[in-house]
Amino acid sequence: MDSLVIDIAVLVLAGFVGYTVISKVPNTLHTPLMSGTNAIHGIVVLGGLLLMAESSGVLEKVLLVIAVAFGTINVVGGFLVTDRMLGMFKAKDPPKADEAGADSDGKAG
Amino acid sequence: MLATIFLQSTNFIDAAYIVAFSLLIYGMTGLTGPRTAVRGNKIAAAGMAIAVIATLLRQGEFHGSGTVWLIILGVVIGTAIGVPAALNVRMTAMPQMVALFNGVGGGAVALIAWVEYRHHFGGDYPLRSEIFELFGAIVGSVSFWGSNIAFGKLQEILPGRPIKLPGQAIINALLFLVCVVSAIVLAAGTHSEALFILGILVASAILGNMVVLPIGGADMPVVISLLNAFTGLSAAATGVALSNPVMIVAGMIVGASGTILTNLMAKAMNRSVPAIVAGGFGGAVAAPAGPAGEAGGTIRSTSAQDVAIQLSYARQVVIAPGYGMAVAQAQHAVRELEKALEKKGVTVKFAIHPVAGRMPGHMNVLLAEADVPYDLLREMDEINPEFPRTDVTLVIGANDVTNPAAKNEPGSPIYGMPILEVNESGSVIVLKRSMASGFAGIDNPLFYDPKTAMLFGDAKQSVSDITSEVQAL
Repeated sequence: MDSLVIDIAVLVLAGFVGYTVISKVPNTLHTPLMSGTNAIHGIVVLGGLLLMAESSGVLEKVLLVIAVAFGTINVVGGFLVTDRMLGMFKAKDPPKADEAGADSDGKAG
Repeated sequence: MLATIFLQSTNFIDAAYIVAFSLLIYGMTGLTGPRTAVRGNKIAAAGMAIAVIATLLRQGEFHGSGTVWLIILGVVIGTAIGVPAALNVRMTAMPQMVALFNGVGGGAVALIAWVEYRHHFGGDYPLRSEIFELFGAIVGSVSFWGSNIAFGKLQEILPGRPIKLPGQAIINALLFLVCVVSAIVLAAGTHSEALFILGILVASAILGNMVVLPIGGADMPVVISLLNAFTGLSAAATGVALSNPVMIVAGMIVGASGTILTNLMAKAMNRSVPAIVAGGFGGAVAAPAGPAGEAGGTIRSTSAQDVAIQLSYARQVVIAPGYGMAVAQAQHAVRELEKALEKKGVTVKFAIHPVAGRMPGHMNVLLAEADVPYDLLREMDEINPEFPRTDVTLVIGANDVTNPAAKNEPGSPIYGMPILEVNESGSVIVLKRSMASGFAGIDNPLFYDPKTAMLFGDAKQSVSDITSEVQAL
């Protein structure tokens, strides 16, 4: 197969997967979802990394440094703020002992 | 070195990419519940780290003098800005933060497209890559500028009221046409960087500004979601242009997420996305509010003490928060009130309208910050049947989402918008700064309902007053 066909196949399939996964996110978590997706679209940092070596001239290098900085803001800031926010969500009843082992929200309540 | 050759081989890097996007998807499935979400976010972050490391392993990645240092420079600048922002932002300011982050992502896409253009266009660069880069440049640039305007409005640097020019729709359509025609001309083989900058980057920048400027503050949840989708799709397009599977998958996840949220928000306001983007909700509709104004009768104003007595002897109290709670930073005071009432044996629940606040889920995060357990929060469809069984409903800084005109006044500009049916409960207490109308500029008959009493003042102060009265009883 032509690589374009493969890429578009990935694009379409990823769209369906994304739709299915995200539809299950409850309203409660919509703000963390948005900041989490902010982190994920920080993936564009890869574009900056891929092009840096072949860039030439001051302008291109400046543009790419800004692009890498923007992408890094997304990745680092997005994941951190989402983590901070999700840490605030607590249930009324502390999780039972058997659930508490899996993650770190055991300090609730 | 054999190991180095293996690590730098395309196969190894592609395999790492597959691991990376699997972790991103798996991490996102964790967001289906608050308990698994923290872990999900960390898994997604691990996926991202793998994608970045795999990219850096590529052969020739550090070719050219100074490349390493330039990459480090970019990463250091990004970290220096991103980390303090993430650690210090207040939950009330999350909409601004998300708007800014959307913009930054779109900006990165546009810049990358520009470099790609300078480098490859006109040569033997495949047409497919050109088309996807041009798409990314336009959408990314619209997202960057639009998000900056959204940020300015949310941060109140710019007025939240719609800013409109005459003939706006035609100007927007023309700008869009300029972008599309320029893209076609460039893809057809004309090599002109001036055309790329003016026809693609500048035209879409103006378009981004023009599209968001006329949108009122109450429509922000839709706009932010839409810009989120745009940034995601532009990232996916860059992924196709660079034939990079992780970028495609990650971009599409974000694109899907933004699209879903946009539709949910638009549905919760009973408005179509094109109508919102066409702009002018607040302000422009002040005229047809006539009948509601006439219906206005007397307003009953009450005191913190009376409210406290009413609440303390209720069996069930529902609290309906809105943007006013965020503005007044009243979430912690609300949590204290909720605890005081629970101590008296009153059942307290929170009614969350999907578009309460300035972004999807805004109220949930504020209440979570104030340590309100998330299982006390009810979505609109869940809580509406409960209002007839509720003794007192406390409306804190919410207006349009509780406006009964949306249900029974076909002439109202918000007619058809699903609302929290607070007027079904035994009595309603509205905490409000003054009698100014809501963001949409529409009168609210709820305030004139004989069941309703108004408690004027700063929401935080009012709630604290009620709490101390409850505790004194």
